[in-house]
Amino acid sequence: MTSNTGGHHIVGYGKLALVWLALLVLTALTVLITRIELGGYKVLGALTIACLKSGLVIAFFMHMKYEGRLLRWLLFVALVTLAIFIGFTFFDVLYR
Amino acid sequence: MSHHKDDNGAKLGMWLFLFTELLLFGGLFLLYAAYLSRYPHEFSAAGRQLNVVFGTVNTVVLLTSSLFVAMAVTALQRNERRQTLWLIGGTVLCAAIFMAIKYVEWGTKIRHGIYPNSPHLTTGPAGESVFFSLYYMSTGIHGLHVLIGVTLLTWIGTKVKRGAVHGGDYILLENGALYWHLVDLIWIFIFPLYYLIL
Repeated sequence: MTSNTGGHHIVGYGKLALVWLALLVLTALTVLITRIELGGYKVLGALTIACLKSGLVIAFFMHMKYEGRLLRWLLFVALVTLAIFIGFTFFDVLYR
Repeated sequence: MSHHKDDNGAKLGMWLFLFTELLLFGGLFLLYAAYLSRYPHEFSAAGRQLNVVFGTVNTVVLLTSSLFVAMAVTALQRNERRQTLWLIGGTVLCAAIFMAIKYVEWGTKIRHGIYPNSPHLTTGPAGESVFFSLYYMSTGIHGLHVLIGVTLLTWIGTKVKRGAVHGGDYILLENGALYWHLVDLIWIFIFPLYYLIL
C-alpha cells in the first residue's frame, strides 16, 4: 500500500553526521563572506546560505525527504504563502 | 476497548502547527526587513554592537542539539533506549549552553543601558531603538521556544525511560524532535539577519 503521509524511514547516524558537518561548513562560510565587504551581495549570500541550511535541516533532520506527497505539498503551500506575504509587503514598502 | 492511534495524523498535526510558527516568525522577519529598508544606517550601527562570537557559538550549539535529537529518533526507532536517553540528554545540555550564552549576551547589553525603552535608546536615533526592540522581541520569543522545547523533550525523555515511548511507538519523540528542529530553523535566519549582514 502506498501511503500519502509516508512511512517509517530510519536515517542512519552517518548520514545525520554528514548533514551536521555540511551545516557547520555553511555556517563558517556565511560568517566568512559577511566579514568581507561585498555590499548588497552580502545580504543575498547570507540569505541563500540560510535557505540552503534550512533545506538540509528540513530534508534530513526533519525527514521531509522521506515523507509522502501530502506533507511535501503542505510545506510547499506554507512556503508560498510566506513568500507572497513577504513579496507583497515589499511591493508596498519599496515603491511607496 | 480498542484504542485507535493514528501516528500519521499526529505528525500531520505537528507540521500544521509548525507552519503557523513559521508565519509567526515570518511576520517578525518581515518587520525587520521593512525597518531595515527605512533605517539602513541606524540598523547597521546597532547591528555591529552585537557580538558575532556569541552568535556563532550559539549557532554551532543549536545545530549540534538538532543533530543529537535527530539521532535520538534514529536510536529509538532501533529500540536502543539507553542511547536515546543519552542523546536527549545531549540535546538538553546544548539547550542549557545556548540559554546561558543568551543570558550573558542580554545581561551585557542591559548593563550597557541597551534594553527596550531605556534612556540610552529613547534619546538616541529612532532606528537603533527599533533595531533593539526587534532584537529583544525575536530572540526573546525564540528563547521562549527553546525553553518550551527543552521542557517537552525532558518530559518525553521520562516517558522513554519508563518505556511508555519505545521503538514501536515513537511518534511523541518524533514530534518533539520536529518542534526542536523548528527552533533551530528560526535561529538559522535570526543569526545572519541580526549578527552578520549589518
